[in-house]
Amino acid sequence: MRLPVRLFARYREAAGAPVIEVEVPAGATLAQVWEKVKKQVPSLADEARPLLACDRAYARPERVVTGTEEIAAFPPVSGG
Amino acid sequence: MAGLYRVVEGPLDLREAIGAVSGPDRGALATFLGLARDHHAGRRVVGLEYHAYPEMVERVMKEIGLEVAERFGTSHTAILHRIGVLVVGETSVIVAVAAAHRREALAGCAHAIERLKALAPIWKKERYEGESAWIEGSEQVPPATAGPPGR
Repeated sequence: MRLPVRLFARYREAAGAPVIEVEVPAGATLAQVWEKVKKQVPSLADEARPLLACDRAYARPERVVTGTEEIAAFPPVSGG
Repeated sequence: MAGLYRVVEGPLDLREAIGAVSGPDRGALATFLGLARDHHAGRRVVGLEYHAYPEMVERVMKEIGLEVAERFGTSHTAILHRIGVLVVGETSVIVAVAAAHRREALAGCAHAIERLKALAPIWKKERYEGESAWIEGSEQVPPATAGPPGR
C-alpha cells in the first residue's frame, strides 16, 4: 500500500517536503514505514527513535498500519 | 467541556486566556507565561521560531485539560501556544486554570505546562549569532538540508 507520512520540524527540512509517500506491504508496522522513510530521505538514516503518531495520537513502532490512518513522524519535542 | 485550546500564529492575548476560564464560581485563577529567553546552554539567542503539528497539538491540549479536570476537579483550562517567529521577550505559551480554590488552580496550571512541554508536537528552532539549531528534547541539533531522494 502507498502511504503518506507527514513529517515535521527537522525531518520535514531533511525531506524538503511536509509529506512523503512510501510503499509498504499489507500488515506493515509503523517501524517498517519509518525504515522506508529513511530510505527515501538518506540524511535521516541515523534517526533511531523518531516519535510516531497515528491519527494524531502517539503510537508504538510495533503498531500495524491499516492504510487508512494519518501517520506522522517527528523528532523529540521542544514546545512550551 | 469548558476550555480554550489553540495554536496561534501571532501575539498571544493573556486577557483572552483569563476570559476563557473565569467565572463567578471560580475564586482562584492561576496563569503561566513562557517567554522567549535570550540564552540557552551558554549561547546567546537572538530569535526563535516555533513549528507545530497543529491538529495533534490541539488534541493533546484537550487531553491535558481532561487530566486537569480529573486530578484537580476543574474543567476551566486555557492553553495557547504561538507558532512562527518570535523575538526575545515575546510570549510563546499561556496556560490559565481557574478553580474554586487556589490549591487546585495553582497545581492544575503547573500540571498543564509540564504536560504540554512533554507531549505537545511543537518544536523550537533557536537563532544564535550566525547560525541556528533545532531544540530536540534537551539537545541542540543543526538544521537539515534537503538532499537528493534515495530509492
